[in-house]
Formats: sequence, C-alpha cells, structure tokens
Amino acid sequence: MSVLTPSQTVGPYFHIGLDWPDAHRLAGDSTPGTPIVLQGRLLDGDGAAVPDAMIEIWQADASGRYGSDAVSGFRGAGRAAVDANGRFAFETVKPGAVSDAHGTQAPHVNVAVFARGLLVHLFTRIYFADESAANAADPVLTCVPAARRETLLARREGDAWVLDIHLQGTHETVFFDV
Amino acid sequence: MFRYRRVPAGVYPDNDTPAYRSSEKRAPREPPVAIPHTLSETLGPRFGAEALRADANDMTCQVPGGIAQGQRILVHGRVSDEFGRPEAHALVEVWQANAAGRYRHVNDDHDAPLDPYFTGAGQCLTDADGHYAFYTIEPGAYPWGNHANAWRPRHIHFSLFGPAWGSRLVTQMYFPGDPLLPFDPIFMGIADAQARERLVSCFDLARTEPGRALAYRFDIVLRGPAETPWENRS
Repeated sequence: MSVLTPSQTVGPYFHIGLDWPDAHRLAGDSTPGTPIVLQGRLLDGDGAAVPDAMIEIWQADASGRYGSDAVSGFRGAGRAAVDANGRFAFETVKPGAVSDAHGTQAPHVNVAVFARGLLVHLFTRIYFADESAANAADPVLTCVPAARRETLLARREGDAWVLDIHLQGTHETVFFDV
Repeated sequence: MFRYRRVPAGVYPDNDTPAYRSSEKRAPREPPVAIPHTLSETLGPRFGAEALRADANDMTCQVPGGIAQGQRILVHGRVSDEFGRPEAHALVEVWQANAAGRYRHVNDDHDAPLDPYFTGAGQCLTDADGHYAFYTIEPGAYPWGNHANAWRPRHIHFSLFGPAWGSRLVTQMYFPGDPLLPFDPIFMGIADAQARERLVSCFDLARTEPGRALAYRFDIVLRGPAETPWENRS
C-alpha cells in the first residue's frame, strides 16, 4: 500500500508563496558555457494563453553535470511564473549531454508545469533542434512516438531558443510518466 | 542506479477530472509517456537555509506594527520519503488565504476583508529528522466559481522538492472535520479515499501552546529511491 502524500493543484494564487525574484536566471556572466534564453508560451486546448501558471526547470551544466557535481555557482534549477500572455523565459546556459547507465542523453532541460486546472504538475523536456544526431540516440526521446517528438524540440530564433508548451490540442506537448 | 517506484493509480489525482472545471482546457488528452529514470529524474534541485527569508516561519507577525487576525495555530509534521527516510534540512514553502478567506493577490476578488498584517506566505526548513514547524493563522473557507455555491475547504498550500526531480510535490493541507471536504472537486479528485485522508491534518493537543496557539500535525511523504544512493553508486 502506498503511503505517498497526494498532489493537489498549485491554484491561481501560487505567486504569494512561490514567486522568487530572479528565479528565472540560472546563469550569470561568469557561468561556463553558452548563454541562452529559453522561452515560450503556455497554451491551453483552445490555443489561448494560460496566464496563471508556473514553469520550473532543472538542467545539467554545460559539461552535463547536475547539482552538487555541477560547476560552482550553477544550481541548475529555475522557476518562472508566466505573464499575462502565457510567456516564460529563462536565462541559462545550454546544457551538456548527460551520460549514465541509460546511455548518453542529448542536451535537454527538464520542465515541470504547474497551473490552476492541473491537479498534478506535468513533466516534460525541452531538447534542441540543432542536435539531430544526439536527439536521434536519446534514450528518452526514443520512447516518444516519432511524430510527436517535435513537440519537445526548441528552435533557434535570434539569441533565444523557443518552444511553446501546448497542454492540449493537435500540437499537444508530450508529457511524461516519471 | 536509483530505483523509483511509479506512483500507484488513484493515489495522485487524475488531471482529467471534469468536476474540476479549470481542468477542461488544461488537462492533457494524451496519456503520459513512461520514460526511464535517468540521472535527470533521480537527481534534483536542493534548497536549504540560503533560500529562507527572515521571519518566514511565523506568518502571524511578518508585518511591522501589528499581528495577523484569526486563530493562531502551530502547523508541524515530518517530511520523509516513502521508505521512512527523513527529508532533512529541506525547504518547505507554504501560502494561504487569511482568516476571512481572502488571498493577498491581485486576482482574488472575493469581497472578504484583507488583513494588513498577514501576507499569507511562509517558509521553513526541516530539521535533521525531517521535522518542520511554522506559526500561522487558521485560513478561512472561500467561495469560487467552479459550480453553484462552491466553497473551497480551509487549506494551506505546501510545496516541497524531495530527493529527486521526480519527487517534486505541491499539495494542500486540510483541517479535520471540515464539512466542505466531500463537496470539493480538488480534494475529491483523489480517487483513493485513504490517500485523500492523508491530506487532512490532525489536531495535536500535545503540541498546543497554552494561552497562545492551537496545533495541527501534517506529515508529508514524498517519493524516494528504493535503495540508498551509496549502495549502488559506481
């Protein structure tokens, strides 16, 4: 029998407790790696912006190391409330490939979506469209039906990497059972 | 290799819960894709004392010049993983409505009064054995637009990280005997009745502070690895 404490929605007023200043900024000028802005919009089943949601990310450093193994000063975790247009943006560095017993994973950013209307947060990932070879061999991406993989691929627009997250609809983002 | 068990069906609510109307356009329609538990899922962000704001563990006196209105309570409990290991020195974040059922938030248009001496935001750290405690006031119930005559039961929102990205938890603590609980689609969205009851705190007479504060206990159990990291880390 499970003893887990169940999840409940973050609700519409999470900003009171969870909105940290500058939590969307993971890396500074001295952080090793390629600085990137990771941005997008959160959209509902009608394609309308979700204005009351929170996005959290968790990523490896530029060398593919996590947390306390990562380069000094890089925690690898970020949090951002979306704005009235559903927009989120993180200032970070492009993560390196992560190697473990499952193989070598393509550079990716782990994403959790919290919102009013979601009783349990949603897990997804953001990959990078310019990593075709690494993406093709990624042990998580290869679990995803090929036709839906593009919902996880950020594309370069100027200085930013951009990916919209669709909660529903024909472009519904792939979410994970973790 | 760390091994995490999948969350059994019914223990977490299903996002596809039509009685909770906000889910209609937001709950994904495709089933989630099961993925292996790589380092990305089995490591996770850690936040400790460096993230703590001053006076965050007493929400009754965060605003100079006064104290929050309402019933002062101590909320405490233990955070552990599903195998009983304490979640030590970990950040617990909480937020809630005031005693009248009003949030200090631009989007809360309930006409109950705001309390100038209550922000509704708190934090604390667990100790070496996973125990946490903070003071606050008992929140009020409040109406919402989900259905005719809908009221949220009194609750405090909790946010915890746990040992891994996959153990992240945001939840709500309820109060024992609240008559609104069986009518609340968010609480009732948890299919497993025993799991639901784990969100209801216990009145704790032993921790009640005479002349000062009532006490409620709320233990929290997060997902955890079936083996300790040092047993199998190569």
